[in-house]
This record gives sequence, structure tokens and C-alpha cells, in this order.
Amino acid sequence: MHAQQQFDVIVVGAGPAGSSAALVLARAGLRVALIERGEYPGAKNVSGAVFYAPGLLAELLPTFWDEAPFERYITRRVLTFLGRESAFSLDFHTRHFALPPYNGVTVLRPKFDRWLAGKAVEAGALLITSTVVDDLLYEGERVIGVQCRRDDGALYAPVVIAADGANSFLAKKAGLQREFSAEEMSLGVKEVLRLGVRTIEERFHLTGDEGMASEYVGEATGPIKGGAFLYTNRETLSLGIIVQIASLAQQRIRPYELLDRFKQHPAVAPLVRDGVTLEYSAHMIPEGGWQLVPRLARAGLLVAGDAAALVFAAGIFLEGMNFAVASGLAAAETALEAHRNSDFSAATLSGYRKRLEQSFVLQDLRRFRLTPAFVNNERLQNLYPELLCQAAEQVFRSEGRPRKKLGSTILTTLRSKVSLWTLLRDGWQAGRALFF
Amino acid sequence: MQELASESVVTQPIEERLELVRFKVDKRPHIRVHTEACRGCDLTPCVYVCPAGLFEILGGEMHFSYEHCLECGTCYVACERKAIEWEYPRGGWGVSFRAS
Ligand SMILES: Cc1cc2nc3c(=O)[nH]c(=O)nc-3n(C[C@H](O)[C@H](O)[C@H](O)COP(=O)(O)OP(=O)(O)OC[C@H]3O[C@@H](n4cnc5c(N)ncnc54)[C@H](O)[C@@H]3O)c2cc1C
Ligand code: SF4
Ligand code: SF4
Repeated sequence: MHAQQQFDVIVVGAGPAGSSAALVLARAGLRVALIERGEYPGAKNVSGAVFYAPGLLAELLPTFWDEAPFERYITRRVLTFLGRESAFSLDFHTRHFALPPYNGVTVLRPKFDRWLAGKAVEAGALLITSTVVDDLLYEGERVIGVQCRRDDGALYAPVVIAADGANSFLAKKAGLQREFSAEEMSLGVKEVLRLGVRTIEERFHLTGDEGMASEYVGEATGPIKGGAFLYTNRETLSLGIIVQIASLAQQRIRPYELLDRFKQHPAVAPLVRDGVTLEYSAHMIPEGGWQLVPRLARAGLLVAGDAAALVFAAGIFLEGMNFAVASGLAAAETALEAHRNSDFSAATLSGYRKRLEQSFVLQDLRRFRLTPAFVNNERLQNLYPELLCQAAEQVFRSEGRPRKKLGSTILTTLRSKVSLWTLLRDGWQAGRALFF
Repeated sequence: MQELASESVVTQPIEERLELVRFKVDKRPHIRVHTEACRGCDLTPCVYVCPAGLFEILGGEMHFSYEHCLECGTCYVACERKAIEWEYPRGGWGVSFRAS
């Protein structure tokens, strides 16, 4: 075995999970290989993308906000229920999210991922790009390295961190993750449109580096289960749809047609008007939630980020990057501890799960474990947004006739399509999924 | 959905969108479809889920190209007959996003 093929830790995948793990490990003085199949970190990666809780990085990079390639910080959050021809929005502004480290910032992954991986390299990690890891190497039950797809491609380390994203072949090969069903996975399809700084500020009522994160449900994805998003970057918009794969197949509508439909909606078209499409992209998202989280470790191996389905997708929330960073950090700390004790057994590495259980990562996923099923409720997806818009129309309509009281207007609209019993049951489920 | 075909919806052909994306196409395909299995597959989910529109049934036969694959893995998850053999392209090949 060549000396240079032996590392202390091998991290597969230079997304947010892998790069933050590599950064911590390299800082601690370990020999770290960070292996990425893309030409550069971020080349294969797609997010909406709002990076929530960026303060997670402050521990590692105390003034990261001065140098990280962020687009805008989020001070405006909008949730819109789209009907066929109407829209009902909850629009929230706050200056309280305008101070570093910020509550959420928009990023472009090819830039952001490259920057974060660069930080790991500065700390001493060896970044190996354009290299696919095809398999894990074992000694008995213990993972002892990885097999890269190239001549002489075996690399060895007593701990491997698989941070290889939603399509994690490594977690599956190691017997930790199973095959996914089309109900558990979503497809995100996105376009980046150039509008210019001035237009974005004016159109979205923003000043300086403020930004908006806007999510849409209902008619946004027609009869297909899912939602849509529109985020402001510095001079571009990121917009896209996220749809359940099974639902897409059943309804027989192509994702790009759906995206076009969203762009053409009367409430959306004026926002994207004159935008020049710069890029079209797509990626899978493990949105199954708690039930998709696999065993997270075995001897010599830890799984982090999307590879472990650590994505918080609960209706109004879609957070994966911060979950990826937090799990990457927890994986790195676990690997450090294993090195201190020279013990890479499954028992020691199971400390990783405990760390995640103490952090928001597994707590949020567990607490909101009923939400994916609730969010996929047919009525919530298609009926209620439309009814909400209809009720609003009744409330705001002035016809020169006596009005009914609001409660009776709303109830009449809802009950025209759903029984009181169903309404109550859905209300109860909404409560269980999101409120209590 | 009827209104998809209506003239009020201007759709951009997928080919035009894919022209905006950088691909470094390997001669070796990273996806293989065992098309025997596709005969008699009624729902043909691959045709409707692929965000690059790379699957098409023409004259009862499955036609597929891998060159403009966005590497999302959706087709592989959607095909219940497991007719799709899927691996990542060689390191550095395939799609490279720049502006996303
Ligand atoms: C359309 C869309 C919108 C989203 N919006 C948001 C959002 O607004 N906010 C948010 O927080 N999250 C969002 N997400 C989710 C977020 O993108 C992911 O949760 C996050 O990227 C996970 O990070 P990761 O490091 O675990 O995996 P990834 O970012 O997927 O990184 C995995 C890396 O591993 C590499 N790799 C994979 N296999 C191998 C291999 N065998 N060998 C070598 N390298 C390999 C890949 O090239 C990649 O660089 C969105 C996702 C999508 C698709
Ligand atoms: S879903 Fe699978 S079996 Fe059906 S047509 Fe597509 S590739 Fe063939
Ligand atoms: S991986 Fe995605 S883009 Fe590539 S062929 Fe399959 S569905 Fe289409």
C-alpha cells in the first residue's frame, strides 16, 4: 500500500455535508481525502436555494458572512395558495433576519459548494475531483476504504463518511439504505432567470442585499403532489417545482411542462416577466422524512446529509443544506472521537446517531414525522388552496347586495366541496402534523 | 390536463432548455435500458418523469438517449420493472451546472 493512499478519513461527496465534515477533520490535523465526482464541487448539485441557519458555519468560520458567496439574506417570506386564477398569500417581512449570521441566505450551489470545499482545502484536506467512488472496501465486516473508478483507485482509511447525496449508492451498497419507492422521493426542477439587480429590488420590494423566499402550493403543480418556489438571488431568480415522483408518473405530465405552467400562472407571470433563462437543472430529494432515515453507521462507515435522507420537508419547510452541514459536523466529531480512541467499531460510531438525536437534525425529523403524509393529502394539495381562494373572493367581492358574515361565507365555500366531518378530520391532522 | 395544450401557455421546448446546460458527453453510456421489459409497460413512468425528456415510446418501441442526462436518478426510481441500469458517468463527465 502506498503511503499516499492511506488517509485518516475519507469523505465521499463535496456537497455541504461532505465539505463541512472534511473541514472539521482537517482542522483537527487529520489526513483527509475529499472525493467528488464532479469537475468541481457543486457541478452536480442543485438546491432552491435558501441556506437556512447559516450560523451553523460560524463555529468553523467566525466571519463567514464577509466572504461566503451569498446572494441575499432573507427578510421576506411568502406562502401562497394558488387557485386556478387567483392567489392567497401570507407575506411576512422582518428586519430581525437582517443581521449576521442571518436566518437564511440564498446561494448558487456551484459557487457556494466550491467555496466551502475550498475552506476544507485551506485547512489541509486533499480534494480529489472528477473521481467517482464506486464501492467500499471491507475487511470482514469493517469498512476500510473506497474503490474509485480509476486505475489504482483503492484508497484506505479507518473511517469513511458517505456524503454522496440523494442517490447514495454507497449507503445502499453498505446495506444501510434500501431502494426508494417513487412515493418517498421528489424531483426538483429549477430554472435560473436573469432579471438584474434593479428589477429584483423593485419587483420584490427589497433594498440592498435583502432577499425573498416564496413558496407556492395548490395550482402551482396542477393535480400533482408538490409545490413550487421562487427565491431572489442578487441579479437572478431561482424558481422551480418540487413534485412527488409517483404522482408525476400517475398524472402523466412532464416536469418541464409543469414548470412552464407555474411560470404562466397569472400570479407568477408578472414576477418572472422578461427574465432570461440562464440554466435549467434537476435533482432528486429524499422527502420521505423520518421513515426514510436509515441506519446511520456501521464499523468504519458513517452516512451524512441527503445520503441519510436527512432532509426536513414539511410543507412550508424545505431544509436540506443546513441538515447536511449539521450532520457533516456530527459525523466529523464522531470520526475524531474514534481516532482518539483508535476504535472504529460500530459501537463507537453509533455515537453519531446520539449526536444527531441531541441536535435539531433528528429531533425535527422525528417531531414532524407525520407531516409528509399530511402534506401529501389529496385535498390539501389540490382542493383547499382553490377553496381558500374562492372564499377570499367571496369575502372581497362587492356586489351592492347584503353581505353574509365572514365565517358563514368561508364555511359555505368549504362545505360546497367537503363534508364537515372531512374538514374536521383534516383540521385535526393538520394540527398533529404541524401545530401540536 | 387540457389547458396544457391551449395556446395561452407558451412552453419552451425542452431541447432549448438543455442547450443552456453544459454537458461533457462520454462515449460510454451511463444508463442502459433493457427495452424488452418496456413492451407492455403501460404507464411508462420514465417518459413522464424525466426532466430532460430523454425517454420516448415511438411505434411501440422505447427510444432513449443518455447524452443530456441531468443525473437526477428519477427514471431509475420510477421504473417499477427495474429495466433501467443506472450508474454515475465517469468522474468529471456528464452534466456540470454553472448558474444554479
Ligand atoms: C430543487 C431543489 C430545491 C431545494 N431547495 C432547498 C433549499 O432551498 N434549502 C435547503 O436547505 N435545501 C434545499 N434542497 C435540498 C438540498 O439541496 C440538499 O438537502 C443538500 O444539497 C444535501 O447536501 P449533501 O451534501 O448531503 O448532498 P449533495 O449536495 O447532493 O452532495 C453530494 C455530493 O456527492 C457527490 N457524489 C455523489 N456520489 C458520489 C460518488 N460515488 N463519488 C464521488 N462523489 C459523489 C456529488 O457530486 C455531490 O457533490 C433542495 C433540493 C432541490 C433538488
Ligand atoms: S418505466 Fe421502465 S419498463 Fe416502463 S418503459 Fe420506462 S424503462 Fe421501460
Ligand atoms: S437520471 Fe434524470 S435526467 Fe437522467 S435520464 Fe434519468 S430521469 Fe432523465
